[in-house]
Amino acid sequence: MKPFLEVKNLSVSFPTQDGLVKASNDISFTVARGETLAIVGESGSGKSVTSLAVMGLHNRNAADISGEAILNLETGPIDTISASPEVVRKLRGKSMAMIFQDPMSALHPYYSIGDQIAEAWGLYNKGSKSDGIKRAVEMLDLVGIPEAAKRVKEFPHQFSGGMRQRVMIAMALVNNPSLLIADEPTTALDVTVQSQILKLLKDMQQEFNMAVILITHDLGVVAEVADRACVMYAGKIVEQSAIDDIYYTPDHPYTIGLLNSIPRVDQLEGKRLLAIPGQPPSLISLPRGCAFRGRCTFSRLVPNNRCATEVPNLDEKIKGHFSRCHLTEAQLTVARTSVGSRV
Amino acid sequence: MFKFIAKRLTATVIVITLVSISVFLIFAILPMDPARLTCGKGCSVPVIEANRHRLGLDVPVQVQYGRFVKGLFVGRTYGQGQAKIECGAPAFGYSFNKHECVTTLIAEAFPVTFSLAVGAFILWLLLGVSLGVLAARRQGKWPDRASTVFVLVGISLPTFISGLLIYLLALRLNLINPIESGRWVSPFTNPIGWVKNFYLPWITLALAFAATYTRFTRSNVIETSSEDYIRTARAKGLSEKVILRKHTLRAALAPIVTIAGLDFAGLLGGAIITEQIFNLPGLGRLSLRAVLIDYDLPVIVSTTILAATFVVVMNLIVDILYAYIDPRVRVG
Repeated sequence: MKPFLEVKNLSVSFPTQDGLVKASNDISFTVARGETLAIVGESGSGKSVTSLAVMGLHNRNAADISGEAILNLETGPIDTISASPEVVRKLRGKSMAMIFQDPMSALHPYYSIGDQIAEAWGLYNKGSKSDGIKRAVEMLDLVGIPEAAKRVKEFPHQFSGGMRQRVMIAMALVNNPSLLIADEPTTALDVTVQSQILKLLKDMQQEFNMAVILITHDLGVVAEVADRACVMYAGKIVEQSAIDDIYYTPDHPYTIGLLNSIPRVDQLEGKRLLAIPGQPPSLISLPRGCAFRGRCTFSRLVPNNRCATEVPNLDEKIKGHFSRCHLTEAQLTVARTSVGSRV
Repeated sequence: MFKFIAKRLTATVIVITLVSISVFLIFAILPMDPARLTCGKGCSVPVIEANRHRLGLDVPVQVQYGRFVKGLFVGRTYGQGQAKIECGAPAFGYSFNKHECVTTLIAEAFPVTFSLAVGAFILWLLLGVSLGVLAARRQGKWPDRASTVFVLVGISLPTFISGLLIYLLALRLNLINPIESGRWVSPFTNPIGWVKNFYLPWITLALAFAATYTRFTRSNVIETSSEDYIRTARAKGLSEKVILRKHTLRAALAPIVTIAGLDFAGLLGGAIITEQIFNLPGLGRLSLRAVLIDYDLPVIVSTTILAATFVVVMNLIVDILYAYIDPRVRVG
């Protein structure tokens, strides 16, 4: 059976006055039902742009999109990139849903949360408004909002941030979607609330057997919930593998750098956090060769200055573990240990 | 909600009281003597003093104000015996020039001003909001550019120019009978005549106001369109039509209630220039004549206080309305 979502060679670029911004470049990944794929990367690495393209939420006049994003529905596959806007619109909310980073501003301030959830439900279900409200109460109950029947009449400003994110999740899931894209769902929340929301997402995934794409810059979040991860840098996937491999045998200097820059509870003493030097490149004029070259401490190990002349391919160095680097597996093993082993 | 309204209502009463006191004081301080103006040249001092007494201007300002307020509630009597004049409540005063109670003058002028304001208000809201939405949806395209031109012209042209141009054009096209126009026609007895009487001043006022509203609506719609909750609505699978109608406009037009209410209230006090151009016997013309020609103090004081009252009361109405529109205001 095919995975529910297959993204193939997806590129999104925005023509601007300064030039073409290549926000995401040649992205391919798949997500199956019941599976969580994390897309990790810093701001501007193309995480959100990619997922918005899958959802068909880019303004087609402002963005150049190529490639495919195929949803394997029971009725047959649909490519959300090439399908007409109206077809994609009718997939949104029903087959694929999305929750956003800032629950403070993602809900309409003038409508009660019951109205907003009932509106989403009413789009794909026949029934009166009171049926929709009834369904909203069920959903609010499911996502753990106490006194759901009473709170359904309240407005977004009467909820805390975490509660609002729960409302967003309830609204996204009201039509039982097969794919949920969570765009930094916990970034705007307190740490304690973060873990509650992540647990809720995990529970909901099991309940609805969804494919989940979790977009985040927080590797701690990834470790907690993801099955697989894509690491993005400057619009490209630089590493893709099962979640444990990313942590224990990172195969790209960028990932190695990321892991060295976060504190670990088991290695606190006598260990400095290492920042990755430099800045990510401009997406308008990417450097020749590897985009990470300028910040990479290991590029001198590669012979013939290949890092500067040749864009590395996303190679499967170990089975199921892809990385976009000219270094050999042996050199990468050395690289991991040279800056301090994670194991 | 009740507490909110009660609180705002109290504030409104206080503001109106303060405004009326200030207006009274301003006119008491002015170096003009209304009693002197009640009779023509060669007026003897005893006559002036007698008139001063009849007008109630021979007592201190605070007593005058007390009588004014009392008159508003129970009516007022001027003079005695044969020269006795009674103005029923609410009595705003007595105009010596017009030999009428001010209340009667206002009651005659107000329907004219109200008709003018209501018609223009509806026209400019329809025009301004629809043009603004259109411009926002077709941002950068020709409807947007056309609306920019309209806004520029509307804002730049003062009503005394646009009104005159419209008046002259209508005269040339025989749309106006300069003798007939300016007569008050009730919309209840002769609706067609009413519209005929008012459509040109409506257009004049609407042009001036619609420009601002077009600009305001356009920028609000554009700003709201980039809100996160509009993206959420799109992610839900709503169609662009529903998103615009239910989500974008709801949030974008809410602030328009505020400015529309205040603009409308301002007009209720009298559209001085437009009324003058089209010869409409409304509150604006009443106060203009009272100031420029007659120095009719009771009329000036009354129309000023009335105009301020309209603004204050409309403020209250807008506040209450806003609490219904925006749930975030309700609790506060």
